Amino acid sequence: MERTPAAADPNLTPAAGDERSAGRTRVLSADFLFHHVALAMAILVGAALIAVVIAIAVDSWPAIKAFGVIGFLTGRTWDPVSEQFGAFPFIVGTLVSSAIAMVLAVPLSFGIAVFISELAPSWMRQPVSSAIEMLASVPSIVYGLWGLLVFAPAFANVEPWINDHLGAIPGIGVLFQGPPMGIGMLAAGIVLAIMILPYITAIMRDVFVATPTRLKESAYAMGATTWEVARKILLPYTRTAVTGGIFLGLGRALGETMAVTFVIGNSDNLSASLLMPGASIPSVIANEFTEATTKLYVSSLIYLGLVLIGITLIVQALAVLLLGTVGRGARAPS
Amino acid sequence: MIPLYARRRAVNALASTLMFVATAIGLFFLAWILWTTLRLGLHAMHWDLFVKDTPAPGSDGYGLRNAFVGSLILMVIALVIGVPVGLMAGTWLAEYGGRSRPAALVRFVNDIMLSAPSIEIGLFTYAIMVAPMEHFSAISGGVALAILMIPIIVRTTDEMLRLVAGEMREAAIALGAPMWQVVTRITWKAARAGILTGILIALARISGETAPLLFTALNNQFYSTDLRHPIANLPVVIFQFAMSPYDNWQQMAWAAAFIAITFILVLNVCSRLILKGTVKRS
Repeated sequence: MERTPAAADPNLTPAAGDERSAGRTRVLSADFLFHHVALAMAILVGAALIAVVIAIAVDSWPAIKAFGVIGFLTGRTWDPVSEQFGAFPFIVGTLVSSAIAMVLAVPLSFGIAVFISELAPSWMRQPVSSAIEMLASVPSIVYGLWGLLVFAPAFANVEPWINDHLGAIPGIGVLFQGPPMGIGMLAAGIVLAIMILPYITAIMRDVFVATPTRLKESAYAMGATTWEVARKILLPYTRTAVTGGIFLGLGRALGETMAVTFVIGNSDNLSASLLMPGASIPSVIANEFTEATTKLYVSSLIYLGLVLIGITLIVQALAVLLLGTVGRGARAPS
Repeated sequence: MIPLYARRRAVNALASTLMFVATAIGLFFLAWILWTTLRLGLHAMHWDLFVKDTPAPGSDGYGLRNAFVGSLILMVIALVIGVPVGLMAGTWLAEYGGRSRPAALVRFVNDIMLSAPSIEIGLFTYAIMVAPMEHFSAISGGVALAILMIPIIVRTTDEMLRLVAGEMREAAIALGAPMWQVVTRITWKAARAGILTGILIALARISGETAPLLFTALNNQFYSTDLRHPIANLPVVIFQFAMSPYDNWQQMAWAAAFIAITFILVLNVCSRLILKGTVKRS
């Protein structure tokens, strides 16, 4: 590189004659290399999803052979001793805990997003949004620790009240009857709701703020109240992105592992009451993976992971498609 | 007309109150979690945490040194693998792929990977590394964390590079610079604050990840720097200690949680300051 001044930096300084063509080949090869390394990495990233699905499917093959697809999905026994594995209680646990989380988190997120974009005085908007976003940067293991050692004992004091009041409602009352243990399906749903709240809020807030001021102000000028603007202008205008944000939160709730493992109670019995302990797919895998001794046991746990991928992938793909380019920044945890 | 107006006012007042309550609930839980971690974490702080290793079950010891070192090693492995891959893939998307169909497909997959449950990444790494090697290892834990980091780095790199003005690239090309130099010397430099922010955010995200490490790095009661063997790390130590009946173990779990949260918040503040600094300068 140091031979001649021209060759010292052949790429930026046009050299003359032979040196120029010598420089050109080197430039081309460096260029070729850079381009193709970048391309290779992009292909790697693009192939990641398929690789994940294939690798997990291959490792769950022994369990797929042993229990089949329908048999595994509907099997109600999970008995490592006799090596009988069925996913049904955990699928129900995953769906129920996520459903509780959505029922709580979606209205709360909507309220917070409208509060930030329409109601709050301007000096309050930034601090409140940052604080809610901070909920997303708390690691899930800390949610679990807090959920088990602080929230669950506190929640156990509220549960008798839930028993007496919600449990007395005919029809749905059975959902709220049970011993006040603190941990259980409902506690897991509440902790999950707090965890997904910042993601849904961030997307709703972004699209509400981005709604053309013109639209909002014409409604206000017609005498619409804040609530009417939120309900009849913001929500219809941002419907697609809001749905995408909800799916994004749902995807997070379905796959959340550590926090749920701490508070769901880890029982493979199905129970009608939300106060009873249950288990979700991620919580079973996290709890039993290191104890799994036989090949079929490990394979069945990985098969559970495959089922989880099947569920979350649909939800995530819908979220990404619905969101398009909206709220891109909000999706990365920050 | 008057009763209708009064009713609308009442509905609005009720809705506004509920929105205020929703915000208060969100802030209340944040304050509760942070306050608990701060109070119990500071209470459990002790010099021994940093100089002694995790004690055996039931013994009186107090220490997390092996977990700190282990977490640090895992993060370094993740950075060493994740940053080049993420940076180059993001660069291809922004500089070469542009708006083409293959680039759109890579972005779609990357967006899905961005919010993929971390437990799936853990199982994947188990399947490709731990199962063939037949034992848990630090290196597989680092790889799992790298896989979690990459989508975040790809996304931010792609977005930040696309913000760089096309004129800058054209000016460099007009001077005869080949594409690789345009990228490394012009656009990377112009977007470096944003790219660095992405890396810090990715680091913040993986520093609390637990689920993928359960299937890869596992845990180790002893001090170890051997990449081929299980290694202690803060998140799994918190998991194990929180579930335990021992008082000193639970205290250490809080201390570890406090340190993890502090680390993440510092990273977040740093990334925000870096971004703000460049916005002001340009």
